[in-house]
This record gives sequence, C-alpha cells and structure tokens, in this order.
Amino acid sequence: MADLVDMTIAQLRDGLKAGRFSAIELAKAYIAAIEKNRGLNAFVVETPDMALTQAAVSDQRLQKGEGRPLEGIPLGIKDLFCTRGVQTTAGSHILEGFKPPYESTVSQNLFDAGATMLGKLNMDEFAMGSANITSHFGPVKNPWKRKDGKDLVPGGSSGGSAAAVAAHIVAAATGTDTGGSIRQPASFTGIVGIKPTYGRCSRWGIVAFASSLDQAGPMARDVRDAAILLKAMAGHDPKDSTSVPAPVPNYEAAMTGNVKGLKFGIPKEYRVDGMPAEIEKLWQQGIDWLKAAGAEPVEISLPHTKYALPTYYIIAPAEASSNLARYDGVRYGLRVPGKSLDEMYENTRAEGFGAEVRRRILIGTYVLSAGYYDAYYLKAQRVRTLIFNDFREAWKKCDVVLTPTAPSAAFGIGEKEDDPIGMYLNDVFTVPVNLAGLPGMSVPAGLSGEGLPLGLQLIGKPFDEETLFRVGGVLETAANFTARPGA
Amino acid sequence: MIIEGKTGKWEIVVGLEVHAQVVSKAKLFSGASATYGGDPNGQVSFVDAAFPGMLPVINGFVVEQAIKTGLGIEATVNEVSVFDRKNYFYADLPQGYQISQFTRPIVTGGKLELDMPGGVTKTVGVTRLHLEQDAGKSMHDQSPTKSYIDLNRSGVALMEIVSEPDIRSPEEAGAYLKKLRAILRYLGTCDGNMEEGSMRCDANVSVRKVGETKFGTRNEIKNVNSIRFVMQAIEYEATRQVEELENGGTIVQETRLWDTSKGVTRPMRSKEHAHDYRYFPDPDLLPLVLDPKVIARIKAEMPELPDAKKARFVSQYKLSPYDASVLVAEQEQADFFETVAKGRKDPKLAANWVIVELFGALNKKGVDVANSPVSAKNLAGLLDLMENDTISGRIAKDVFQIMVETGQDAATIVKEKGLTQVTDTGAIDAAIAKVMAENEAKVAEYRAGKVTLFGWFVGQVMKGTGGKANPAKVNEILKAKLGG
Repeated sequence: MADLVDMTIAQLRDGLKAGRFSAIELAKAYIAAIEKNRGLNAFVVETPDMALTQAAVSDQRLQKGEGRPLEGIPLGIKDLFCTRGVQTTAGSHILEGFKPPYESTVSQNLFDAGATMLGKLNMDEFAMGSANITSHFGPVKNPWKRKDGKDLVPGGSSGGSAAAVAAHIVAAATGTDTGGSIRQPASFTGIVGIKPTYGRCSRWGIVAFASSLDQAGPMARDVRDAAILLKAMAGHDPKDSTSVPAPVPNYEAAMTGNVKGLKFGIPKEYRVDGMPAEIEKLWQQGIDWLKAAGAEPVEISLPHTKYALPTYYIIAPAEASSNLARYDGVRYGLRVPGKSLDEMYENTRAEGFGAEVRRRILIGTYVLSAGYYDAYYLKAQRVRTLIFNDFREAWKKCDVVLTPTAPSAAFGIGEKEDDPIGMYLNDVFTVPVNLAGLPGMSVPAGLSGEGLPLGLQLIGKPFDEETLFRVGGVLETAANFTARPGA
Repeated sequence: MIIEGKTGKWEIVVGLEVHAQVVSKAKLFSGASATYGGDPNGQVSFVDAAFPGMLPVINGFVVEQAIKTGLGIEATVNEVSVFDRKNYFYADLPQGYQISQFTRPIVTGGKLELDMPGGVTKTVGVTRLHLEQDAGKSMHDQSPTKSYIDLNRSGVALMEIVSEPDIRSPEEAGAYLKKLRAILRYLGTCDGNMEEGSMRCDANVSVRKVGETKFGTRNEIKNVNSIRFVMQAIEYEATRQVEELENGGTIVQETRLWDTSKGVTRPMRSKEHAHDYRYFPDPDLLPLVLDPKVIARIKAEMPELPDAKKARFVSQYKLSPYDASVLVAEQEQADFFETVAKGRKDPKLAANWVIVELFGALNKKGVDVANSPVSAKNLAGLLDLMENDTISGRIAKDVFQIMVETGQDAATIVKEKGLTQVTDTGAIDAAIAKVMAENEAKVAEYRAGKVTLFGWFVGQVMKGTGGKANPAKVNEILKAKLGG
C-alpha cells in the first residue's frame, strides 16, 4: 500500500470505504506530515484536535456504512473562509485573534459531506497578491525548488493552499480566486485548481475582497479530485444573493475522456510580448495533445484582452476599498486606541493593514471619488461588459478556450517585490475570466527549463464546468504530469 | 407665505425629505427584529454588525411596502432599481457604508394633493422614494471617556421620500407632512410616529424675490421631530435668510439644526469631513427586478386612501368637503364615523356629533379616537335614541357627557336615569295645565298679542317634565291650549 498521504481523494475514498485504513489513521498521517513541513509556513493555524475528532465521527459512519462523499478526507481551508470557533484572519493583522461564531457555507458544505479540517491555510493579506508575500504571517514557500536552490513563491493569493496540496500535507484544499488566486498558484505548484462560474459557490462567510469577482473553488492533486470536491462545495445558497439557483451536476461523471469533435479556441491576443518561449511551447504542446485526442483547434479573437488588467485594477480595488471599511476597530479584531474616533480609525487601520492592502484601498477610494468615478469606475464597468461580450462571441466558434495559466513559472521570494505592476502581470491570463464571470481551470502540463511546473488554463462557458473537467481530464492524461517537488 | 422685506416681497421655497421607517417585523437585509425598543444590541444579526463574510439579502415584504407606498402617492414603481453603497466612516455604521438607492430608486414621480384653507387644493410633486438602511445609535452620555453604540436600529428599513421644491409656506409644509403621514398610516407602511423617530424630516429652505424664477441658495434643516417644529423652523429660517440677504449678506449652502428650546436654526458644527460618499452599485446585491404581476396584485389590494374616501363621503353621505376632510385625516376617525353613520337617515347629524361633540370631548381629555371612551357603536346607539324619539337632542348631550365619563352605553344611562322622553299627551296636558294655572297673567299677556312669550311657556313645560317631554308634542299642544 502506498503512503496514505500520497493517495488521491478517489483512492482514499475507496480505501476508507473498504476499511483498509481508518479516518483516524489517515488524519494522523497528515498531522505528522504537517509537522515535518512547517518550514513551508503553509498554515496559519493547525487544528489537529479538530481533525481527529471529526475523523472519529467519520470512522463511526464508515463502520455503519453511512459514509458521505468526502467521509474522513482531511482538507486544509484557506484562511479567507470563516470557520466557527477557529481563528480566521484573511492573512491580516487586523483580524488576528478573530474567531467567527459561524461557518462559511462552502466549508460547512464540505464538513456536511464528511470532510475533516487539518487547519487554516496561509494566504496573501485579504487575498491581495500573486506570490503569497503579503501575508501578515509571513511568506509561504513553494515546495518546488529552482536549480539554484532559491526559495520560490507558491503564487497567490491561495499560496498556502497550493503549497500544502503540492507537498502532500493535505489531501486537498479550498481556495478563492478573484483575479487568478486559485489558478496561478496551482500552475506554480503543479496541481489542479478550478475557479467555478461566478455564482456557483456561495460567498457567504468568505471574507470579501472584491464581491463581483470573488469565487471559491477546489485545489487538488488531480482533475478527478477537483471534480469530487467542487460537487460538494457548490450549490445555491439563499444567504448569498449572487449565488445561482442551478443544480450541481456530477462533475466526476463528466470526465468521459472523450473530446472528439470538440472545438477549442486559441485566442490570438494571449500571445503577449515577452512571453517566455517555454510557455509558448507548452501551449503548442497542449494544442497538439487535444488535436491528437480528436478535438479541433480554432483561432479566436478576444480583442479587449489588453484592457483586462487595468479594468481589474480599478474594479477590484474599488470594491475592496468599500468591503474593507468594516475593519475599523469598533466591533472585532484589532483596535489601536486614539484620542478621537478618527484617530482610532487611523491608528487601527494603519497598523492593521499591510502595504499592498493599503495601496489597493487608496486606489479604490480614488477611482470612486467624485470627479473620477465616470472616468475610472464607470468606464471600467463598460470595458468589463466588452470583455464579457468578447467571450460571448467566442462561444459561437468554440466550446472551450485553451491558454497558458501564467506567463512564467514560480519566481523567487523577494523577486518582483518592488515592482507591483510586474507582479500584477502574473494575472494577465486569468483576470479576464473573473471579469467575465466564467469558469477556469489550471491543469499541470509540463516543467520549465528550471524544472518547475507550468500549467495550462481551460476557460469554459458560464456554468459549463463539466466541459472543463472533461477536457481537463484528457489534458491531464496526455501530459502525464508525475513530477514531484524535491524529487 | 410672502415675507415683506425692506427691499420688497420674498417667496419661500421648501422641499422636504422624509425618512419613514417601514412597518416590517424584520430589517431590510437581515432577519433580525426591527421592533422599536428592546435591550441595547439585543436585535442585531451578524449582518447588521458587519461581521466578515456576511452578506445582505433583501426583505421581500419591505419591497412590497415600498411598492404600496409608491402606488399610494400616485408614483411610478420602477420594475428595475439598484442598491448602491454610500460610503462613510462612523462608529454606528458597521459596514462603513449605508446600502441605499442613488441613481435608480424603486419609485419616482409621485404627487400629494393638499387641502388648504379656503377650499384651495395645492399639488406638491414627489421626486422619488427609495429604500435604504438606518444606522445604529451612538450614545455619548454613558461614560466620560467612551461612546456606546446600540446597533438595534442598524439595518432597519427606511423609505426616503423626497418632495419637489413646490412648497411655498410653513402651512403647506405642515399640510404635506400630515397628508403623507395619513397615507402611510392608511397603507400600514409606516406608523408615522415622529416622537419615536419612525418618521423624520429634513427641510430644504431657500427664499427668492417674488417673480424670480431661479431658486436661491438653500439650507438643509436636519431631523426635526414634529410637524409643528418643522413649520416653526421653516418660518424662522426663511425670515433669517431674508434678513441676511437684505443686509447685503449671502446664503452659504449648509446643514443647520433646529434648536427647539431657543426656537432658532443654527449651523451644525463645522464639518470635519467634507463627505464624498463614493456611491457605487452594491456588488453583493443584484438589481432589484419587480414582477409586474406583483405590482398589479398590490395595486388591486390597495385600501381606499384619504382623497378617495373624502370624495366618497361627500357623495355618499352628503357631507361638506371640509367635514369630509376632517374625518378622513386619520383612518380611525373615518372608520369611526362610518360605523356611526352607516344606515342612518341623517349622516350629516352623525358627522356633526363625531366632529363637534366627540372630537371636542377627546381633545379635552387629550386622547385619540383609538382610545375613545365612547365607542362608535355606543355613539350610534345614542343617535338611534334621538332618531326614534326616545330622548331629545338636549337630553342626548347630557347622556353623551355621562358616556364620556363612564363609557356606558346610551340606552343603559337613559334607563337608569329615567330620561326617556315623555310622548304621552296626557302627561304633557297635565304639565301644560299646571304651568298655565300658575301663570295666569302671562297667559293673558300672550292672548293679548305678546306671542314672543311662547318660547318661555315651552321652557316652563320642559322644566316641569324634567326635560323629558317631546318638544314637538309640547309645541303642538301648548299652541292649541294658549290659543283656546
């Protein structure tokens, strides 16, 4: 029998059901793995006691033959999800010590499906970042190493989730994706991540960054595990007015392995200047794999792609500047006293928020200000509609779009730190998907010259995650990505 | 109202913004209770306290209340409206923004008809009605060093109802508020209680020379908590502005407060924050899209409103427009009248009794119709006794006084006190004979032509019967006897 922590969820599910090992044994194996890998700084809070308590319940149910879809599967939960009684910080000093008296809908759905929780995973502060270097609790290390041995970033903002999944210290994890925060770290760490259609998963109980873009999704070892997880996470929630009342299909069943006759679009605007040749090569490889499987590539145009990043960096900060106003020191979290109410606000927020969060609050406040609103926010909303329309046109020609996930492999901790614009460019391929509200998946497809994982992105029609799982499964089989960090 | 200034005649221009708390068990975007009072912070959900990850969900009942109100002021109910965030920091505003409707309100373009003295009807336009959240309450008097916050009101649903600047006098402002309050109460969408703060009013006041078509610079008077104070504040502020302008000064647009004790308006403390509210559509809420069928259903269920009721009272009960407007000003009054008047030969008599006797007595006691000691049924019973000649109008007034004091019904009082009218001609004959026998000189004078004495004889006979004799019978028999 393989090491427990190296098994996929699908394998664990079968093993637990057959009684080959218990949920407690499984939890213990992961708890030990976490202890050995504390150097990654993937967790903000570890919850071994909770995992063991939940595992005991799972074992009882399994013995009675009442196992649920994720019975006994140990997960890590991104620290953006509120978890009842367990500190939830969104990676920020301003929420340090905050223990929500409620459980987010998505994490509750996972627990209701039998999953257990190993702890809360590190992340960029308030999900703002692409390298997991803005967390108040320190940067997360990518388990993969470059040839020069330098510590690399795991991507962000779901960097803790990505590192933990790649290092096999959780069976899988939750992530959230506002501009690429699931897909880019998935690409950087050689795992599968899917951002579902906006409205597919409830945002209730997830600390808000940019409400019209935020969406939760799974980060897993392979496409099938992601399918199993998304089925449990998704669903209509009357507590979230933007959650969509549509039935959740069986994503695992969608993985038929058959893409014959499927048309996949190659957007010419994604061939950006300065894209490394190895990314270009990987993309071509992906096209060839799908062609070989019987799918047909079509060139498509997404003409407003070049406006996506500036549009995103107006809309997301605008919403964030308002969403983060509630962290004022009055009711919960950090309070730094002052001589007046205004001074208390200033002291609390200056000490509580890190530099990147402050930068985005400033940008957001500026673009919503009287005299600038029309030129920035309103115009950005109009461009957003154009980007959405680009994709709507594309769906007349193809069923799915294939692109690279990120313009590079993981970079070193400390690199790009003084270059916020360069950092923002990480999300050039992922941001349009959020602006259009579409589902997007990153699948590990190969290694860079430095031996680092690279992902390919699949973009689907609204609420057509099934096609992503079907095509993702085919890509995964063709790529046969078996490399492991530190191997 | 025209202000006679040193330099000529000035006209007052007023627009009113009313914040009406929507009658609803739950708040606008959370399930927490919206009832008044309760222990501080006892009616607060995680949404109201803006905990991380909490999301607003619109209360459908409140939306229906807003639709109903929009229809009640003859406005357009917009099938699509949008909730926006109004961003500002304050300790009793947990989200750091108020959810309101800025560019696309749920209701636009209504009007109110005001009955002004002299039978004049004044129309005031209503620009818009939108839904928004109330803030919590800051208490600065509980501790020398700290402010306390009560979030019970945080998230309670308000309708902001904004008038056009059509109002030209304090009286019209008063009439507007009374009319609006009556409509809200008829509809059951706001209880209109200004003392408890469930209806609050801001007044925008400016002045201009008579004949001028452009508006002057306005000042906003905030949160005045009674109709009387609104009228006083407008009068004071307009007069102040005229004096300022005539003395060569200018009006600076500002927010002022009404100081009830001194009877003056004064500027609010210099604003530390020049507010830029950074309105933008709330991304947590989809546009509010109304089903036309729901609007149609609410329209079909609308109760009769004051204007329609007044017209009906005039045509159905032949009341004067003035009496009708007095009765319909409050729904309870109108209902009371209708209970008394129903099926009666002389509904105008019923109107007189309700308006003159009942309202007079209630005024004296300082209670409203809802708490009247005389029920509508009992007043109807009293009028029945008059109409079937059991008692006279004079006795009826005495009986009514006893009813006001004791709450008893008229028939019981009449029976207990033996006030039943005497219609037996034998008894009346005897009383007349007695009066004539005791006043032979007066009888002679009458017969000699001093017919003005007739009234005196009637009075004596009535006195002799303890007021119980039927006046018509007394007249008839007395005329015959004296003539004999």
